[in-house]
Amino acid sequence: MTDIATMPQPVSFGRRLKRFMADRPLIPLIILLIILVAILQVLRPGIVNERWIANTAKFAIPLAILAGCQTMTMLTGGIDLSVGTVATMSAFIMATQIVNQDPAVAFLLAMLPAVLIGFVNGIGVGVFRVHPLIMTLGTSLIGTGFLQVYQRTVIASGAKIPDFLNWLGIGLTYGFPNALFLFVPVAVLIVFMLNRTGFGRLLYAVGDNERAARLSGVRYWQVITALYVLSSLLAGITGLLYIGLIKAPSLSLAEPLVLPSVAAAVIGGTSIFGGRGGYTGTIVGALILTVLTTLLTILQMPEGGRRILFGFIVLFVTAAYLRIIEDR
Amino acid sequence: MSRFLRNQGWVAGLFALLIFVFVVTKLIQPGYGSGDFGSLARAVLPYAFAVAAQTVVVIAGGIDLSVAAMMALTSVTAASMMNGASEEYALFVVPFVLAMGLVLGALNGVLIVVTRVPDIVVTLAMLFVLQGAALLVLGAPGGAAAEWLKASVIGTAPIPGLPDWADAWVPKALVLLVVCLCIVWIPLRRSRLGLSIYAIGSDELAAFRSGVPVARTRIVAYALSGLFAVMGGLSLTISTGIGAPIPGPYLLASVAAVVLGGVALGGGKGGLLGPIIAVFVLRLVRTDLTLLAIDPNVTAIIEGAIMVAVVMFGAFITIRGRPVGATP
Repeated sequence: MTDIATMPQPVSFGRRLKRFMADRPLIPLIILLIILVAILQVLRPGIVNERWIANTAKFAIPLAILAGCQTMTMLTGGIDLSVGTVATMSAFIMATQIVNQDPAVAFLLAMLPAVLIGFVNGIGVGVFRVHPLIMTLGTSLIGTGFLQVYQRTVIASGAKIPDFLNWLGIGLTYGFPNALFLFVPVAVLIVFMLNRTGFGRLLYAVGDNERAARLSGVRYWQVITALYVLSSLLAGITGLLYIGLIKAPSLSLAEPLVLPSVAAAVIGGTSIFGGRGGYTGTIVGALILTVLTTLLTILQMPEGGRRILFGFIVLFVTAAYLRIIEDR
Repeated sequence: MSRFLRNQGWVAGLFALLIFVFVVTKLIQPGYGSGDFGSLARAVLPYAFAVAAQTVVVIAGGIDLSVAAMMALTSVTAASMMNGASEEYALFVVPFVLAMGLVLGALNGVLIVVTRVPDIVVTLAMLFVLQGAALLVLGAPGGAAAEWLKASVIGTAPIPGLPDWADAWVPKALVLLVVCLCIVWIPLRRSRLGLSIYAIGSDELAAFRSGVPVARTRIVAYALSGLFAVMGGLSLTISTGIGAPIPGPYLLASVAAVVLGGVALGGGKGGLLGPIIAVFVLRLVRTDLTLLAIDPNVTAIIEGAIMVAVVMFGAFITIRGRPVGATP
């Protein structure tokens, strides 16, 4: 860093590019998305059509909402690894309770574990100061245990997917997936909350400099608890959407989405250390990952290879991000 | 001196707790004997190695989230290499796998040092990568283990000069554990390197200014962690006879036992004995729950809750010593 200060030199192209990318992270992301779609079109000419786009959107939406949970928690320097378990629990409870219960009651029952897990996460992180990663991992372990116990009590009653969730999950209206009816309001709400409300600013403040935020009177534990409850609620709703899409309730329904959701938020430019990022980038990140998954499937890359790739993406993007920040 | 006393006091207290849990076990199940102790030792083996792996990096001021994934990768690698191979071939497999652990652990350390990305992110990314690699090696549980390796943890170790009744309480698994840990830990603890590991965990800047090679020490700490994790993975393969690509609950268990064992999550404090006793306590509590004929799924919930509570408690006493508003 010091040699830059002592030796003035013309700003190189690489540095200008870095600055540009740091200022407008969306543009390179969208370019990357277009490149990926182009590669797909070259590999399988004609694959990119209206149906494919609707299908991609359908699979990207649950991922994008879960990545929204990661974005919000990562803004405070945290992470929420319990989203997969929470989504699975909500979906499973909904599918089994709808058999005997009123839909509204089933919905409330499905949201109950989400709120509880979010609350415990928030208390653990906000009050006891456990690292969010450990805390959410622990609650997801406990949640899975509860789900297994619960599964045996409902084994006789069976499960069904309510028509409404089916409609939401796979239905199309004028070629647009119905899931957009859920996703657009959620996305607008998250973006509005992060950019325009006091709560959103508190999230950035806590993540940017926790000490300064505390000294300026932010009630840390309340912000964190509210955040994790919100994150869990979103995960629960995602679970309902996802069961309508996958249509097979299982005990590991949404688990495969957890790692990609972290990757989507990181790719979208949200710093895993907190204080920087936003939801629009995350949405593009989720789209990129969905297209990438299609691409890898066409290239017949196995599940293991995909995970390895996601791991390296997270590491590489985070490292690149650190460099960009340090250069400024 | 007072710190020394306090640390030893913690270990002594844990030992008393272990004896207390033993007495409780004996009360629940009057027939609890040496054979049951042998199976306890076998069950503890992978956990104990995972805890040892975590302890080394936590003392060095870091955390290793890839422990469980590393164990899974080792387990499948060893199991698929030994599958259908001769007994003697295992003589080659064991050192190969141990070397692999050293290299992968060192890779963790190198990535942390070179990319300057925080350890928690690097090891999270490595968790994805190692999990993926494990799936590539073996898609489903399978493989085999050499007979002489399996025999090395079954039964009791004949120790000359010990009466039979006492010998029955010395299972081979326990001997294997103690020997493996001592071979690595005792020379380390007495060496300059061991001192450096404690130094960088306690105060990195002070260590750097006192001439400790911080980067190299950190890499060595992660390499040793990899070595212990690999021993854990091997012990998994040996005791089950197969390799499973899905990581077990070893990550949370290792962090919980490290905290319970009196190793501060901030680094620089504690030893290996405390966490190892802690892991025996945690496993024995599980045995008790099983003996009380509690549903295994409920046992999983209780166990998870205990671990989360322990971690919360550990985080709580860590922050109590710090001024209000200080960042961790």
